[in-house]
Amino acid sequence: MPTITLRCHRIVKGCGEGEALVSRDPICFYLADPETGVIRERGHNLMGKSVSAKVIVFPTGKASSAVQMDGLRKLMLHNMMPNAMVVTGVEPVLVSAAALLQIPLVDRMEKDPFEVIHTGDHVKVDATNSVVTVNRHE
Amino acid sequence: MFLTRDDQAILAGRSGEGVQKAMELLVAIGEAFDAPKLIPVTRAHAASSGQEGDLFFVEILAKGGARCKIPTTTNPVVDFEYFQRIMDLSEEHEEASVAWKVKDYYKQIGAVMSQSCIPYLAENIPQCGEHVAFSESSATPYVNSVLGAFTNRESIQTALAAGVTGKTPEFGLHLKENRKGSALVKVNTELRNAYDYSILGQYVGKMVENGIPVFDGISRRPTIDQYINLCAMTNVTGAIPMFYIPGFTIGPENVDDCFAGDRPQDKIVVTEREMKQTIDQLQTTNGDVDLVMLGCPHYNLDQMGEVANLLKGKKLRPHISFWVNTSATTKVMAERAGYLKILEEIGVHVVIDTCIDMFCYNNMKGKTGMTDSPKCAYYRRFGNVRVGSLEECVAAAIQRE
Repeated sequence: MPTITLRCHRIVKGCGEGEALVSRDPICFYLADPETGVIRERGHNLMGKSVSAKVIVFPTGKASSAVQMDGLRKLMLHNMMPNAMVVTGVEPVLVSAAALLQIPLVDRMEKDPFEVIHTGDHVKVDATNSVVTVNRHE
Repeated sequence: MFLTRDDQAILAGRSGEGVQKAMELLVAIGEAFDAPKLIPVTRAHAASSGQEGDLFFVEILAKGGARCKIPTTTNPVVDFEYFQRIMDLSEEHEEASVAWKVKDYYKQIGAVMSQSCIPYLAENIPQCGEHVAFSESSATPYVNSVLGAFTNRESIQTALAAGVTGKTPEFGLHLKENRKGSALVKVNTELRNAYDYSILGQYVGKMVENGIPVFDGISRRPTIDQYINLCAMTNVTGAIPMFYIPGFTIGPENVDDCFAGDRPQDKIVVTEREMKQTIDQLQTTNGDVDLVMLGCPHYNLDQMGEVANLLKGKKLRPHISFWVNTSATTKVMAERAGYLKILEEIGVHVVIDTCIDMFCYNNMKGKTGMTDSPKCAYYRRFGNVRVGSLEECVAAAIQRE
């Protein structure tokens, strides 16, 4: 299994790893089922998929200023949190939720995360040291 | 990030644990966005939701002895007294106890209990050029674009942290150079009412995702409710802290100047077709409805007048329930204007302090609801959903003559 190591920019420190789940659509975690982690937003490209224990790669957060934190906190209370997050566009509402709930979050990867990370790859996000390691799933 | 002596003392816990946690959050955000320092803000709005994420932080602040230093208003949660009178809430104990606690903690930290999602019209109005910290999906773009204040897209928690410290990190929309347009939106469709504006917002939020749209082709000044709906909906499908409608919003009067010499990163055209597709994505039925849910965001006084005029002398169909959510301030004025009497006489529920996404509406789970708010359709507690303008909602609810 080829391994690549890439630099990134730390937003929220910490380290998390797991299976990658790549979303081309921005995510509102409030529209995930807190008990299963499954995205239930109609028309979303992750509809029916679970964010639990995953490393989520997505463009940016979206939706109202309350629900991102409510959504992630409920996932946390049910032990269904993602393990880490990689974004390409950063916005403060997602950042504050990740900071308070201590979910490792990075952006500005030295290569486009949508090109180098695919759903199913094993990804380690070491936000503290600004490094992302990708193990390709063949 | 540079911190003053006072900032450092707070961070070291010398003013108590609550405000220390607030400072920690502001510093973390500041560092994530490469802010050079903290700047003073003079008012804040926390989009309190009365749910788990909200409880998590306001509890830390309250138990740690933090107090609001600047006027800090709150979003709607639930009007317990009203709903206890009209329904049995015993099944909802879990969610209710979270909401109770949240409200108590907000009072404890000295927040202004406006419990309104349109505080920028009455209880907490920033001035042009004022630096503030406003969360709430409609509030952030409204105060930036319509009122000309400066705020980032705050979460409840960052707005609260600003409320108890009087500070926010200097980045993003607090800096003039970051307030230029990023996406050109050509509007080639007629926008007749607030509902059309919310559909436009839904589509533009989805397409632009995270940026500052500049609308070209809007030739009539939007009304307040049209602005509110555009603001709210762009922040359901996207993260849009500001926009320009040249000639009407603050800033340049022509499209090109909104980009300040840059080329738009995105170009989007909105025609009748995109509007129709957007509605179809949302709606799960176009048949009969059991209830009508209005006031997401809260209805303002103009809208209270509109719905009262449409319902004057009419009767609701049997078994239909009709809900209008608004602010306490607006309800007082609606009463003085005679709107409230018209509505309550035919059995319309005019509810204050309450969000459509609250446990008090859980008993609507299996029902079909109609709303003029795509945002309500997204976060609804009822079953199937139909969307339409206010006139269409009223038509679906009244007895035919």
